[in-house]
Amino acid sequence: MTTDTTTAATTQELRRPELRQTGLLHQSWTIVRRNLRHIRRQPEALTDVTIQPIMFVVLFAFVFGGSIQTQGSNYREWLLPGIMAQTMAFSSFVVAIGLNTDIDKGIVDRFRSLPISRASVLIGRSISSLIHSSIGIVVMSLTGLAIGWRIHDGVLDGLLAYGLLLLFGFAMIWIGILVGSAMRSIEAVNGLMFTTIFPITFLANTFAPTENMTPWLRTVAEWNPVSSLVQAMRELWGNAPAAGPDAALPLRHPELFAAGWSVLIAALVAPLAVRAFNRRTSE
Amino acid sequence: MSSNGMAIEADNLVKHFGDTVAVDGVSFSVPRGSVLGLLGPNGAGKTTTVRMMTTLTRPTRGTARVNGHDVLREPDAVRRSMGLTGQAATVDELLTGRENIRMIGALYGLSPSYVRKAADDLLERFSLSDAGDRIVKNYSGGMRRRLDLAVSLVATPPVLFLDEPTTGLDPRSRVELWEVLRGLVRDGTTLLLTTQYLEEADQLADRIIVIDRGTVIAEGTALELKDQSGQAAIVLTISRAQDLPLAEQMLREHVATVHVDEAARQLTAPADGLRDMTRIAAVFEHSEIELDDLGLKRPSLDDVFLHLTGHRAEDDPEQTMEERAS
Repeated sequence: MTTDTTTAATTQELRRPELRQTGLLHQSWTIVRRNLRHIRRQPEALTDVTIQPIMFVVLFAFVFGGSIQTQGSNYREWLLPGIMAQTMAFSSFVVAIGLNTDIDKGIVDRFRSLPISRASVLIGRSISSLIHSSIGIVVMSLTGLAIGWRIHDGVLDGLLAYGLLLLFGFAMIWIGILVGSAMRSIEAVNGLMFTTIFPITFLANTFAPTENMTPWLRTVAEWNPVSSLVQAMRELWGNAPAAGPDAALPLRHPELFAAGWSVLIAALVAPLAVRAFNRRTSE
Repeated sequence: MSSNGMAIEADNLVKHFGDTVAVDGVSFSVPRGSVLGLLGPNGAGKTTTVRMMTTLTRPTRGTARVNGHDVLREPDAVRRSMGLTGQAATVDELLTGRENIRMIGALYGLSPSYVRKAADDLLERFSLSDAGDRIVKNYSGGMRRRLDLAVSLVATPPVLFLDEPTTGLDPRSRVELWEVLRGLVRDGTTLLLTTQYLEEADQLADRIIVIDRGTVIAEGTALELKDQSGQAAIVLTISRAQDLPLAEQMLREHVATVHVDEAARQLTAPADGLRDMTRIAAVFEHSEIELDDLGLKRPSLDDVFLHLTGHRAEDDPEQTMEERAS
């Protein structure tokens, strides 16, 4: 029985170390470093940005490549921007699963019990996810170079295409945060993402030209934000000619629409995502 | 700093989840350097109470102060003053033990050199030195709990919240963890621990609050709670079976009811406490009857809980609302 220790212990004073005020940058970076360690400890988590896109490149280039006709361009070159956009869309998966796991395992609670900004968890997750996706972009660019894909139109346009791709990735992160916070399990995250993001990346000009689709489907596909991004990358890299006059408006101004869609998605989803995250974590 | 010497004060905390009332007006205070046990079954509202006091959940009504700081008005000061060890050991499985401590230390705003040394010290103190550079995934349950506690202590918080710190641990690990917690209290840390184990509250807590269905139903030291509920009893074990009727007769002259257990040669009678017992001891000392044993049996905290709530502490009522409506 320890009933009498109260009086004995009260006199003791703890010697505490100095706790310095930390900034959002320091906090977010600490969390990024932790997430990058996860990638290092679990390299198989990178298959979604390495083996999987390479597999898609090989499958489509060599299996379907012969039967898909792309006007005025080589299918392999034409295909690569599509797969890059798809991989970037899947980065929402990565965020959703990572965040959902952290919430589920109580890590987010641990972070929230510390004197740090609550945004740092999300910022850290976003930055590490962009790094994760960037690894994929490098892998795919190298794979592309190996099968004959090239950047034809100069460094500046080339970089602009990569920039649009990253901007799209930024928008996708917010979708990931929303889904990761709102869903109650990894299985639910997987189920939802697989039945939405996956078909959305196919219902576009990613793997096959939209010209041959039935008119209503073509309209849907060409207004799909993924299509604007893919068309923009193809034009900036010189992998395909500009869209014809019968294409939908977004494809005739792909750079503008690619940027616009990403900004719009981020602006619409971010407030919902933050709300979902706060609600989920403050239960 | 708290001027009244209270490290933790809960002030009429209320928490609703939709239509469910998880916590319904809980108030208490914990003097600096002492241990409060929050005792109750699953779903009683213990975890929700801790989540409100540690700024993880906003109270629907009421407030709490930790180290003198209000959880609603100064959440950051509260977070700087406390450590939290949750129900599930919330350590990062893919980091090593050392990396876990360093990461949390960095987030607290401790200098890198301090954190490096603190990590070494804590690993040593929690017998994790050899495992410090191994990935936590491969730790045993007991090691995880110790690491979880080590992580919570990196900034030497004056107040530590422990939510069911030993749930799922084997008896040996449990006793080891108790020893560690006693050490923290000796150093001056204030502890609030929730538990379903009466023994744990009995072992560690200076004061116990019994909570059931979101309200405080009893409060006191383990001893006071035992006295409150039911009476203590005197138990005599008679050496020779043939003396039993005579012993019963003698006892009846002093107490109202006597329960006889012939097989065990035991007589049990309600008693008010030690004074009754010494009186009866004197009676038998001057008689021919030989006793094997004479003892005062206080009700266990289990009995107390049963008496207060009408159900046992380990019961698992259907409503587990505190378990984060997931």
